[in-house]
Amino acid sequence: MKSSRIFATAWEGLTLNKVRSFLTTLGVIIGVASVIIMLAISAGTEAAIASQINALGANLIIVSPMRGVPGASRTLLLEDAFALEVAVAGVDGVSAEQAPAAQTVKAAGVTLDAIDVIGTTADFPDVRDYAVGEGRYFTADENDRNAKVAVLGAGLALDLFGAESPIGQTVSIGSVKATVVGVMAAKGMVADVDYDGRIYLPINIVLDRLMPSTSLGGDRVRTIYVKAENQDRIDSVITQITAILAERHDVDPAKPDFSVQTQQDIIATQEATTAAFRDLLAWVAGVSLIVGGIGIMNIMLVSVTERTREIGLRQALGARPADVLLQFLIEAVILSLVGGLVGVALGVGGAYLLGEFGTMQTEIVPASIPLAFGAAAVVGIFFGYYPATRAAALDPIDALRRD
Amino acid sequence: MDHNLLIDVRGLLKVYGEAESEVRALDGLDAGVARGEFVAIMGPSGSGKSTLMNILGCLDRPTGGAYILDGRDVSGLSKNELAEVRNQKIGFVFQSFNLLPRLTALRNVTLPLLYNSAEELTDAEAEARARAALESVGLGQRLQHRPNQLSGGQQQRVAIARALVNRPPLLLADEPTGNLDSRASVEIMDLIHALHRQGVTIVMVTHEPDIAAHAERVICVKDGRVLATSAAGESPCLERALQGVELA
Repeated sequence: MKSSRIFATAWEGLTLNKVRSFLTTLGVIIGVASVIIMLAISAGTEAAIASQINALGANLIIVSPMRGVPGASRTLLLEDAFALEVAVAGVDGVSAEQAPAAQTVKAAGVTLDAIDVIGTTADFPDVRDYAVGEGRYFTADENDRNAKVAVLGAGLALDLFGAESPIGQTVSIGSVKATVVGVMAAKGMVADVDYDGRIYLPINIVLDRLMPSTSLGGDRVRTIYVKAENQDRIDSVITQITAILAERHDVDPAKPDFSVQTQQDIIATQEATTAAFRDLLAWVAGVSLIVGGIGIMNIMLVSVTERTREIGLRQALGARPADVLLQFLIEAVILSLVGGLVGVALGVGGAYLLGEFGTMQTEIVPASIPLAFGAAAVVGIFFGYYPATRAAALDPIDALRRD
Repeated sequence: MDHNLLIDVRGLLKVYGEAESEVRALDGLDAGVARGEFVAIMGPSGSGKSTLMNILGCLDRPTGGAYILDGRDVSGLSKNELAEVRNQKIGFVFQSFNLLPRLTALRNVTLPLLYNSAEELTDAEAEARARAALESVGLGQRLQHRPNQLSGGQQQRVAIARALVNRPPLLLADEPTGNLDSRASVEIMDLIHALHRQGVTIVMVTHEPDIAAHAERVICVKDGRVLATSAAGESPCLERALQGVELA
């Protein structure tokens, strides 16, 4: 029989029982759609994490104290940051950060509890790609002089002063009274941190006045951010930082008491986590495809039994075993391919709608479409083959006699 | 080999089971049907007449003996070869019509053409051929009807059109009027006579003497052998076969 006729015959067999054919494909539709949606969700999650980490600032190198290293008597100090600023070549800026406990902030009759305070050096806006919205950031000189100046996050400025300009106003942060010199531009939430709700002070004031106990062992900082001039300098900058800090801390550069990471390192670590999550989702979706395939096999077996007489008749009229085999195999493949097509449409549409109107970020993975569709085809052939061989093996005499 | 014979069966043997439970459905049966002949086969149930029909229809293979159909020994052919012989040489007409219920008359008649690998017909040619076959049985106005929209006689005519669409030399009819009322039976027998006049060889199994009487010759089968052969009418073979039916 010509292949076009086999397709026509198989299609005819399916359209004769449309509801059943549709229900049979449902398993494959759900399987394929869920493969695409789940991969889109995990790709979207990865992209969201990457964009948040990139939002920390471009070409950023993050130096932090290593926790739990035996013999690490000293941690990262403010002096380390200054040393790096002086000695490392290919750097646009260095910003040290330290955060004391949350403070009560008062201004113009407004009192706010539990406001996060961040002590930084003057390079902070440049290094972290965080622009000043109004006024200016404090200078290195002000930091050195222990000047009592403050810069407000955009949201905090609004909460404290409303529509009034905060510039030149006085705020008290715990025991420190400072003059507001600037307000940061709105930045929003990045990696669960509300940048707009914080207050930024010179790090020296923070260390002296808000964290006096830590100054006993030197001026500790929690993070030093180093901004490389460009992408190509990152490796060289990391090497220099490691060498300088190892010497200053008197440790083996191979076993440092600090860690030097790039954003890419952090993204890669995060990706490893999401990759495991993604693999799990892919397996779940794959299992649902197999369940869909078993559904097809089940219905095809029922169909072969129901249509035994038809098969016998076709054999009497000259159908060879191969013709019968192909007819039923192709019915199964058509079922799964149609299921695959509808599933791709639903998956792409569903992923899009989830991303657009849901709370999740989704990113459709182009490779997931041929992958899911191909898997559906394979499922159709695999699970359609057994019922088809049963049909082809029928004896025409028995088949014709069957009611 | 007698070339005037369309069907030449010699020493046909069909054995079911083994050793003590062995049943000889056909026990060295000899028979012949000439080209253009109209033959009825009669016999009581258990006589081996169904087994004979299955083998003549190439649906089954004999355990022993020779079956020469249209000059070719088909007793040892493979399943695929048998399928091709059924498609090209034999048109089947069944008691219960065996039309596919969801297909139109036209699509039912087209079925044998789907499996016709000897002539590479296009879809249009196949449809034209099926249409012509339906017209030749007087159903030119019923092409798009489903079987359940047709009377029993009309359904059997669709089945006959289907049997003829590949222009086989042999029409095998198994109780073709068994499910029909007497008026439809007359119609169908008239149609079979007309086909016979056009030169189609007809082999018909029946247990109704008045239907068998339409044939030129009646072969009576009992215990897996030909009991007697006779011209239709008041033949002794028919009488004996009838007694066999009643005794069985």
